[in-house]
Amino acid sequence: MDILSITGAAYIVAALLFILSLAGLSKHESAKNGLTFGIVGMAVALVATIATVIDVSEFIDDRALVIVLMLAAVAIGAAIGLWRAKIVEMTGMPELIALLHSFVGLAAVAIGWNGHILGSHDSMDSLVNIHEAEVAIGIFIGAVTFTGSIVANLKLSARMKSAPLMLPGKNLINVGSLVLFAILTAVYVSLETHDNTTADILLGVLTVLALALGWHLVASIGGGDMPVVVSMLNSYSGWAAAASGFLLGNDLLIVTGALVGSSGAYLSYIMCKAMNRSFISVIAGGFGIEAPAGDDKDYGEHREIQADAVAELLAGASSVVITPGYGMAVAQAQYPVADLTAKLRAKGVDVRFGIHPVAGRLPGHMNVLLAEAKLPYDIVLEMDEINDDFPDTDVVLVIGANDTVNPAASEDPSSPIAGMPVLEVWNAKDVIVFKRSMAAGYAGVQNPLFFRDNSQMLFGDAKDRVEDIVKALG
Amino acid sequence: MLIGIPRESKQGETLVAATAKTVTQLTNLGYDVIVESGAGDLADQPDSAFAAAGDGAGGSVRVGTTQEVWAADVVVKVNAPSDEEIGRLRRGATIISMMAPGRSPELLEKLQAQGVTALAMDAVPRISRAQSMDVLSSMANVAGYRAVVEAAHEFGRMFTGQVTAAGKIPPARVFVVGAGVAGLAAIGAASAMGAIVRAFDVRPEVAEQVESMGAEFVHVDMEQEVSSDGYAKEMSEAQVAATAAMYDEEARAADIVITTALIPGRPAPSLITAETVAGMRNGSVIVDMAAANGGNAAGTVADQKVVTDNGVTILGYTDLAGRLAAQTSQLYGTNIVNLLKLLTPEKDGNLGLDFDDVVQRGITVVDGRGESAQITWPPPAVQVSAAPAAAPAAAAPVKEAKPPMSAGAKVGLVLGAIGLFWLVNALAPTEDLRRHFTVLMLSIVIGYYVIGKVAHALHTPLMSVTNAISGVVVVGALVQVASDDKLVVGLSVVAILLASINVFGGFAVTRRMLAMFSKGA
Repeated sequence: MDILSITGAAYIVAALLFILSLAGLSKHESAKNGLTFGIVGMAVALVATIATVIDVSEFIDDRALVIVLMLAAVAIGAAIGLWRAKIVEMTGMPELIALLHSFVGLAAVAIGWNGHILGSHDSMDSLVNIHEAEVAIGIFIGAVTFTGSIVANLKLSARMKSAPLMLPGKNLINVGSLVLFAILTAVYVSLETHDNTTADILLGVLTVLALALGWHLVASIGGGDMPVVVSMLNSYSGWAAAASGFLLGNDLLIVTGALVGSSGAYLSYIMCKAMNRSFISVIAGGFGIEAPAGDDKDYGEHREIQADAVAELLAGASSVVITPGYGMAVAQAQYPVADLTAKLRAKGVDVRFGIHPVAGRLPGHMNVLLAEAKLPYDIVLEMDEINDDFPDTDVVLVIGANDTVNPAASEDPSSPIAGMPVLEVWNAKDVIVFKRSMAAGYAGVQNPLFFRDNSQMLFGDAKDRVEDIVKALG
Repeated sequence: MLIGIPRESKQGETLVAATAKTVTQLTNLGYDVIVESGAGDLADQPDSAFAAAGDGAGGSVRVGTTQEVWAADVVVKVNAPSDEEIGRLRRGATIISMMAPGRSPELLEKLQAQGVTALAMDAVPRISRAQSMDVLSSMANVAGYRAVVEAAHEFGRMFTGQVTAAGKIPPARVFVVGAGVAGLAAIGAASAMGAIVRAFDVRPEVAEQVESMGAEFVHVDMEQEVSSDGYAKEMSEAQVAATAAMYDEEARAADIVITTALIPGRPAPSLITAETVAGMRNGSVIVDMAAANGGNAAGTVADQKVVTDNGVTILGYTDLAGRLAAQTSQLYGTNIVNLLKLLTPEKDGNLGLDFDDVVQRGITVVDGRGESAQITWPPPAVQVSAAPAAAPAAAAPVKEAKPPMSAGAKVGLVLGAIGLFWLVNALAPTEDLRRHFTVLMLSIVIGYYVIGKVAHALHTPLMSVTNAISGVVVVGALVQVASDDKLVVGLSVVAILLASINVFGGFAVTRRMLAMFSKGA
């Protein structure tokens, strides 16, 4: 029993723990156990690897320096990670997760380049060609993930315009990049030796190409589709890890990468179905939709209401449904909403939440925000669970949601969001829409809901308005 | 304005266009209502009931003579007016009834000559907003229910299966053709009575509705079209051939067959052949709800009960809805109220037409508002299907409702993927690579199944945990760090640093999130 067989066994244990972790995460009851499994699995993998590295490094010159550097890198990374995790606002979660994905991508690129440099030093066996192919593929996936995630992060944090980038012939660009990648890889692999400048340049061009492709893929997708993009990048980061695993012949990386990759892809598929979008066009990038310009249809007049009138309406209601959207996150209104919910529940009003699958900028974003404000998760329902109950609902509060409650999706076949399942809030007796102005939603589509007979608009910052209502309720 | 509710003149008609309940609702819209004496007798709505109906907020209700009723500003009835009745209408008045405008051009011409505005209740477009005034749906619903009741009346056994001391009673088998409103109502009624119900429709998209009503949907392997206007289309030759065998098989196995296949304004398609009828068991019952248009079954005679030589009863009643007069009148009356609500937005008793509204445009078959009346049938087409007609902008990708993948295609796809996997493995030059591919494949499958039932609310924590886990690339970087090459060490250290941020940050942030999820008291 030597150190390598111990490590190998530890990797199997870690892989098993990761599977248990993902399985646990699919239910509320077992979610915390799932997290624990994941942490233990990672600890096992890390300790085993570090021990191995210390053991095998006795043959290299600067052993002490390398070990110190390695441990320092882990420690600094851990400190930064824990610090970011501690200070991040729950509304900023999507940006953080996108940024973290980019790190996996960049790490995969670094590993690929190392593979290139090392591979050229000890190319003693016949496997050199496979090795080179693995290097190229690993770098490619890693680089696409890296820039794609960076763009997603910039878009989500509003440091970049969220409108889709519309380059002419963008599909040609995507396909062309893939073909070019295939050619570069083939040339690179077929080189006789790889420790020369030609090989370096080839791989450099390949890296730049992948970086550009990642940038373009995500830049062509509109901000409204970001939930799918983030989960897709999650999947890409998994594939990047798996590619590194192939490069290093490390089964743990392959298992984990494939787990993350396939689960992320499936998650994206669920989200696509919820938005009535084609899965293929997401992977291919650039499925963002530009709203048709010049929508001059006359929808009629909207009616305005004041906070105290809403309070009166709520006090007299027996059942209330709140449907939050990204606007609630932007206004940080989840705490006053929780206050309002507690007040109404104390008065015996049945308050529930209806969450659209793509509300917010991340799958399940709204659930996290509401949980942050200490709202019990059993009154927070999914769209399918609550849609049938709207006809029996007295008041619906639409807080910062727009496209996800747009009746045009089911009634107007020419609408760009036609066919997307939506929360059918208009079936309730009264609908109160919290909005800053009459501007259109993320998809750029006007919402006929605002002009319905049973809808009333409450203008202003969602947080302030909800606080006003809470005050008026006394 | 004054609304007149005449007594129906058509022979055998039991319905009335308003009930005591709906006239009060009409007065709430600001109308005065006058009901012809005896109009509701056959629908359990005697004159006394109308007289006792309360006056609403904006008008009064009274019972009057034929002349008074037909002199009203708005006349509301069930059947299309006869020539004599048209002659009684005042110039400029409005008549609301069912008119079958597509099949009765002469009627429209006479109405035009009389200078009246005519609204056809059976021309309401099939869009969600107009469902509350769709009389065809209301009547089909009642008729579907009654079809089952008529069948049960003729059928010599019970619908529900039982095990009694006197032996076992098998449940009746009911086969419903056409899952429109009538078909669905029949399915609901028959399964409520305990029968085993199977149903078929040429529109595959209604399978879910059929199943929700408690029946099993009979699938036929063939290409089908998605309906774009809410009505079923007539099938192509190939499709007819493919379904014929299914009809034969299902009908022979059934005790009760209820056919509802009807395309508005066209002869009913012939679905149950004489051969099939001859092959059905003695005592079986066919209710042909398309009898008025020629019938779906061979041997159907409109308005007649026919018993074939082999003891199969074929009912061709066309007045199924009228056989539940009180119920149908109530529904029809409510549809009328909903229409008048739309036409009287101010609730001031003044009826106005807005041709920008597809519903109002669609039902108006003669417009008598101007100097001379105009025939305005047919209206411009209204798309009701959720599938968009065309991509709205050049940049938008074409969105089509993808037909569900057939079982064969799915199996083919999976086998194809497995074949590809075999090919890759067979071409893999080394044992190691093959082993890695095996591991990869198994992990992909595990990942897929593990995530299959994840709760929606946990998507974000799940994503951040998978993110932390994919930070496992740190292992790769760690393995590489033990090297003499300075560049390699440098790159590895950077990778270790980045991946560590991921690992620790991802787990910590997940922990924070999960701590927030709590169950209510």
